[in-house]
Amino acid sequence: MSDAPDLEFLPGEMGVYFHWPFCASKCPYCDFNAHVADNVSHERWRAAYQRAVSHYAEMLPDKRVVSIFFGGGTPSLMEPESVAAAIDAVRAGWPCSNTLEVTLEANPTSVEAAKLAAFREAGVNRVSLGVQALNDADLSFLGRAHDAAQAVHAIKISQEIFERVSFDLIYARPSQTLEGWRDELCRALDLARGHMSLYQLTIERSTPFYLRSKRGEFVMPGEAMGADFYHLTQDVTEEAGMPAYEVSNHAVAGQECRHNMIYWTGADYIGIGPGAHGRFMRDGAVYASRDHHAPEVWLSRVEADGSGAHPFEAVDAAGRFEAGLMTGLRLCGGVDVEALSKTSGKSFNDMVDLKKLDVAVREGWAVFDGVRLRLTREGILRLNALLPYLLV
Amino acid sequence: MTKPLSQIRNFAIIAHIDHGKSTLADRLIQTCGGLEEREMQQQVLDSMEIERERGITIKAQTVRLAYTAKDGVEYQFNLMDTPGHVDFSYEVSRSLASCEGSLLVVDATQGVEAQTLANVYQALDNNHEIIPVINKIDLPAADVDNAKQQIEDVIGLDASEAVSVSGKTGIGIPGLLEAIVKRLPPPHEGDANKPTKALLVDSWYDTYLGVVVLVRVIDGYLKKGQKIKFMSNGRTREIDRVGMFTPKHVLLDELGPGEMGFITAAIKDISETNVGDTITDDKKPCDKALPGFKPSVPMVFCSFYPADAGDFEKLKTSLGKLRLNDASLHYEMETSQALGLGFRCGFLGLLHMEIIQERLEREFDLDLIPTAPSVVYKINMTNGDQIELYNPVDMPDVVKIDNIEEPWIKATILVPDEYLGGLLQLCQDRRGVQIDLTYAGGRAMLVYRLPLNEVVFDFYDRLKSISKGYASFDYELDGYGENDLVKLEIRVNDEPVDALAMIVHRASAEYRGRAMCERLKELIPRQMFKIAIQAAIGGKVIARENVSALRKDVTAKCYGGDITRKKKLLEKQKKGKAKMRQYGNVEIPQSAFIAALKMGDE
Repeated sequence: MSDAPDLEFLPGEMGVYFHWPFCASKCPYCDFNAHVADNVSHERWRAAYQRAVSHYAEMLPDKRVVSIFFGGGTPSLMEPESVAAAIDAVRAGWPCSNTLEVTLEANPTSVEAAKLAAFREAGVNRVSLGVQALNDADLSFLGRAHDAAQAVHAIKISQEIFERVSFDLIYARPSQTLEGWRDELCRALDLARGHMSLYQLTIERSTPFYLRSKRGEFVMPGEAMGADFYHLTQDVTEEAGMPAYEVSNHAVAGQECRHNMIYWTGADYIGIGPGAHGRFMRDGAVYASRDHHAPEVWLSRVEADGSGAHPFEAVDAAGRFEAGLMTGLRLCGGVDVEALSKTSGKSFNDMVDLKKLDVAVREGWAVFDGVRLRLTREGILRLNALLPYLLV
Repeated sequence: MTKPLSQIRNFAIIAHIDHGKSTLADRLIQTCGGLEEREMQQQVLDSMEIERERGITIKAQTVRLAYTAKDGVEYQFNLMDTPGHVDFSYEVSRSLASCEGSLLVVDATQGVEAQTLANVYQALDNNHEIIPVINKIDLPAADVDNAKQQIEDVIGLDASEAVSVSGKTGIGIPGLLEAIVKRLPPPHEGDANKPTKALLVDSWYDTYLGVVVLVRVIDGYLKKGQKIKFMSNGRTREIDRVGMFTPKHVLLDELGPGEMGFITAAIKDISETNVGDTITDDKKPCDKALPGFKPSVPMVFCSFYPADAGDFEKLKTSLGKLRLNDASLHYEMETSQALGLGFRCGFLGLLHMEIIQERLEREFDLDLIPTAPSVVYKINMTNGDQIELYNPVDMPDVVKIDNIEEPWIKATILVPDEYLGGLLQLCQDRRGVQIDLTYAGGRAMLVYRLPLNEVVFDFYDRLKSISKGYASFDYELDGYGENDLVKLEIRVNDEPVDALAMIVHRASAEYRGRAMCERLKELIPRQMFKIAIQAAIGGKVIARENVSALRKDVTAKCYGGDITRKKKLLEKQKKGKAKMRQYGNVEIPQSAFIAALKMGDE
């Protein structure tokens, strides 16, 4: 079997996502499925991941795995043996690309940095570090367990161990200035090798930050300020040769995260672990999967019958088209609407209001050559409003 | 079977809301044995739930009581419970016209209120003998002398022989019953041998009986099987039931001169039975109808839209059901670009409108969007035509208009001294013209002429808040007058929002227009395009606001699980689009206009 291009996927090529639901402490901005637990039984979790993988392998035999991703939670808290076992299970279940990307999210604390070599041994070839900020005051505001010096150290150690290293930063923080961010971003670009994720801080319901901002303990930058932050970020990263390839992701050419490209291009992926989602083709139909949210429930379900998933939901043609457009337009390269029409089974003209598309093009938000539709920077900035506007 | 006139007393009870009218009526019924103790439920007369809650009577009701007086004679009392609000003043006047006397009930702890005045004057117009009754004397705060003084000062009636009672405990009730026999006159006229002549006092729809018609016989008889004619419309019907209320339904053979009771005649449509009409015998009609008949004319208009467009049919059916029992409710379908399908409704007045809205919401479980209330304008065109304008949207081109007339009212306001300043200011702000200002018993009585359109717009709420609830207010219509009125149009991206159009005086147009623009600016969510909101008179923009275009709206993270979540949000947004209205290149959620209307009375 020949290798597919790195960032475009052939039918049957698939990503595997593992969700590790535990953290040492919970960050006040995070609304992900993460729990703080003291006595996690690594043996049980290891076995459960293996079991769930082989369950999927039986169900979806004709796939080929191009990416594995360990997310969380804090997967760098996993025992390296568990990571190795999960990777081995995938390799045993399906043929894998010989450029298989195996990413693990890690926190830049000293404890976790010490485990990085073992993760490499286990089969991980890419890490994504949750750095979030490069100054101590903001790191403490964000509730992170590391300081800036540890973060820099972790980035450097990782870069020695792994060929591919990414890290995350959160910007548009309360009381952050454009100048302050420019300075921090430039320092980050000096450290970065190939890939960075730059997220604007979002206050989610059901997080401590939500309540605190409601109470007025801090004030978030307004929408106009958010736009200014975004433009500054694009300008600085473009100049440094690490432009955005997605709303919040930046890479030098060829260093894009393959696993996330799977999500945004509508390729197949399965999700294993509490609250993990999947989306895959099976017997000609597309299904969405969702695993049980509570760690204990998930674990016992998998132990009992091999799967922690709720019943799969079939995704209809319109749903496939809309999801494809929604994620595809997040990419700076846009979306091939002919391909989208073909894979979803819905024609572009039936789904998109062409008159409104004309308006979007005239306003400078979209570029359309009849095949590929892509949003400009201004368009991407308005994506949430633009999508329902464009869809019939 | 029927009583001689000398043994009949027909009387009404006049009282302000909460002054204990219904409790007193209940006590009279009970004392005369109309109902056993166990059958009494509080306020038997006010049978409609909403009437009981708000303490107001919408339909006239009568109860026939048998009272054996100290002279040993058994008298027939016909107690008339009249509709208690000015919106139903015509109905009140017909109820009063069916009686010869009134009990004027005044709360010993409250004194005379504005609403009492209007009804007393109506009773005097109908040549009523009036017995002042001071009620609630059992309460610690009762001040009988002060109440009497107010009756003399404010109304100008001799209160020296006022009867003091407590409807609640029954104190003074025997004395009151004797006073009714001795001081109220029997029916003035009434000839059993003349052709049938009866006053149609009120009517309502009963699911089992059809339309029940409340009548007062003047001459002749009403009998089962008789073919009768309604003189206002010439319709003929055969009587299938004759009866009275005790308050229970009791069937009778006939109703004779001076008596009150009900008839049914297989009538399905209440609009056949007009309040104030004269009923006569079809074969042997009386020579002349009773004076005072007027067809009901709606004075206040507003539109109701279902908050959920799917409820349109339900709203239609519900209005139909209410109309069965309320001939003064008018409605017709209309389409609004901003709010969809609804009904333009006409009401006798503000309370009538509120009652209908409340009944639709409560009894029929509808969620309604009412537009701002409006009145009927008379527009004199340059070509000499006069048209009546029921909806601001239908205003003709200004160049074709010579002038516009609006309805005025004469308002009577009673208010404690300390709030007088605030109320004078309010009346002034609402273009009022002072007619009278007098003092009685620590309170001022203000009489003002006011344009009705200034009153339908939150006047009553303002009055109550300025006076901390102590002012009472009543009004009667007082003709039309020309004024400098303009149509204020609200535009979004240069397109008029029909539901927000209003007719206002030129002097307040700018203020009202600016207020509406500011409000909409708050309510319309930012979009990808700039939204221009303008208030305009004709082609001239008098106020404007902009909702600036949004600069950023994008989710930072979208990975595996987020896709499902985001997809759900997108579905919701797309569903919301169905409730959007297109204005230029933007879509405005209907909810923004609804909120703008709801805030209308702030």
